[in-house]
Amino acid sequence: MDQYMLEKIALNVIQGRLEADDEGFDEGLEGKPAVTELVKEAIRDGVDPKSIVLEALTGSMEVVGEKFERGEYLIPDMLASAECVGAAMDLLSPHLLKAGVETKGKFVISTVQGDLHDIGKNIVSIMLKGAGYEVIDLGADVPTEQIVLAVKEHQAPFLGLSALLTTTMRVMRDVIDKLKEEGIRDNVKVLIGGAPTSKEFADQIGADAHCKDAFEATDILKAMAH
Amino acid sequence: MDNEQPLNSGQTESSKFGPYRQGVLVKPYERLNLDHVKWLHDASMSILNEPGIWCYNHRAANLFKAHGAEVHEEQEASGSFFWRVKLPEGLVMDAVSKAPSRFILGARKPENRLMLDAEVPRVYFGTGSEANVWIDVNMKEFVSVDDSQLKVKVPRFREIRGNTTLLCRAARLCEQLEHLDFFIRPLNIQDPDITSDNHDANKFFASLNNTTKHVQAGLTCLEGLKNVIKMAEIIAGGREDLGKNPLISFIACVFKSPLQIVDETAGKVFAIVESGLPLVISSSPQGGSSAPIQEAGMVAQINAEILAGITLVQLIKERAPVIYGSVPVRARLDNLFDLYGCPEFNQYNIDCVQMARFYKIPCYSSAGVGDAKVPGMQAAFEKLFTHLYMAMSGAQYIHYAFGLLDRTNSFCPVQAVLDNEQIGKIKHCLREPKVDPLITADMINMVKKVMASSHRLFARHARKAMHAGDISSPYRFESRELEDKALENALSYMTQLENESAPHLDQGIVDQIFNEIPGLLPGLRQVVE
Repeated sequence: MDQYMLEKIALNVIQGRLEADDEGFDEGLEGKPAVTELVKEAIRDGVDPKSIVLEALTGSMEVVGEKFERGEYLIPDMLASAECVGAAMDLLSPHLLKAGVETKGKFVISTVQGDLHDIGKNIVSIMLKGAGYEVIDLGADVPTEQIVLAVKEHQAPFLGLSALLTTTMRVMRDVIDKLKEEGIRDNVKVLIGGAPTSKEFADQIGADAHCKDAFEATDILKAMAH
Repeated sequence: MDNEQPLNSGQTESSKFGPYRQGVLVKPYERLNLDHVKWLHDASMSILNEPGIWCYNHRAANLFKAHGAEVHEEQEASGSFFWRVKLPEGLVMDAVSKAPSRFILGARKPENRLMLDAEVPRVYFGTGSEANVWIDVNMKEFVSVDDSQLKVKVPRFREIRGNTTLLCRAARLCEQLEHLDFFIRPLNIQDPDITSDNHDANKFFASLNNTTKHVQAGLTCLEGLKNVIKMAEIIAGGREDLGKNPLISFIACVFKSPLQIVDETAGKVFAIVESGLPLVISSSPQGGSSAPIQEAGMVAQINAEILAGITLVQLIKERAPVIYGSVPVRARLDNLFDLYGCPEFNQYNIDCVQMARFYKIPCYSSAGVGDAKVPGMQAAFEKLFTHLYMAMSGAQYIHYAFGLLDRTNSFCPVQAVLDNEQIGKIKHCLREPKVDPLITADMINMVKKVMASSHRLFARHARKAMHAGDISSPYRFESRELEDKALENALSYMTQLENESAPHLDQGIVDQIFNEIPGLLPGLRQVVE
């Protein structure tokens, strides 16, 4: 029974169906229980939350990644699946905590002060949540002090900074300087991204990595973990 | 073989006519208002009455006379005789009213048939011309003399005289181009064994054996018609089946502009119309030489010529399926060659589309021609300029649209592949808007849902539209780097398409055709095998 439920959750993650009224990728699924409903049902039925994460969520995201590589899925499909995993993780978090299961780590993410553009940041946020990180999304146009405070308060090992404008990308340096000022620069890996940024710019301002997109962010974090 | 059938009330088009290609249904952009249309109509009627037309075909002159036209035999300064025909408006409009507004152009595959309806601006694109030259393109790599690490790929072009093998290859490629709706032989076959007697049979066989789309061509010689019809009957499954599914049709340029009916072509018109197969009455005056360069003069004259041709068709056989074939072009004033990719070309042509709509006759129009001799930026400009504009006009049947270069003198297969991508985007762009109360209600729900979510991102909700084919793809031949690789990428894609198997006719049908129709080149059979 548990196995059947896990397979159903995995299928719906692959289909990118968050709620019952989502249509999914294949025909004929609309109206049927989706990830949110199924995970709630699984928790209620006492299915082990750890096995939901390992057997239903992690594996299915790998399948989604493979479909994307093959060109079968596009970004909206990836995001739909990642959102499903994120939503499932929200539901599962308290239960996982009780069971002593840890996330892959806290990731504070923000668009820097003066910049209202947050699409790229949101995509990274969804993807990382889907990949098993605990994402603390501060939003857009966030003051430097607030970003540093969040890193401090959450003791986050990762910080993601985003900017779309050439005028605001410079603020990223201010954030890094502030982290140094507060004495926590060595405790946190700083990843930057956004259209005008580059590897060279990341080196110039003393960031740890530049990510050209959400996929690279996931890969870099994976590499950092090793 | 008249396949025009009125719809019964309550019956859907597809249930009545069976499947057909959807083309793109556009909201027509109209350049002329109704007053403009009526003034041009009046001008055409006036021209047909005075000076009238110069008819060099006795049978046509007699037919016009028998139906009330004023016909006088006259002699030219050169001594040759012709018939001066003055057509009264009543005769022309009576004939025009008998021309069917809607009919099917058949195809080997039922789903490739075309629905032509003068009152529905459903746009189809296809090939055209009968170019003498095939342009072969290859990418060659060059190394910098200063830096051996620096390499560039540059296209090299080679001209080859058209032949049957290349025509087969063109038809086979065109079968694979998803936005190409019909096939008019784009290449003239000039093999040593091709004569005027076997030209028609070979070009139709090369086409029909390599594409399942509608096939259309001009007739090289009148005697070739019976063999071509016999071939089509064998493929369709008999005379009656060919009538229901006319998988071939013809083009006749019966007018030599200005206003002269050509004897030989008029003879072909009689034979084709009597066969019952659809016919395009095409006229192609050149503004500045064989017609006025001014818009009003050009359109009044070409409209007069086409209406006189359509009148002839309807006098030969009432309700014969006929297409209003307008190919007005402008002269280059530096050498008097045709000039296609220019504003006047679009103006003349869209006016003609509106005139055809006024008479409720499906319109054969043109787009995708220019002065560019090789694929590149000039070709892209000239083609897009006319492809888009003429699609917006709502012309039912747009020929010349794939692969032509150097006006209509060359056919380049990789250019056809590039044109396919461009036309696909245009078709997508001109699709009907999807807006109704149900859809807007869905959209409101979507906005509410997204605004209630953590990231306020609509990407996930793009999926349904994306999977339904409502969202277009990026340019197929784009480059990711600081270079233009459109041609190189299009060549790779063409190789992929050319590796697809050819939709050859069944061997039994090929055998029957070779047994019953003389003059087919043995090489064509080898291509089949």
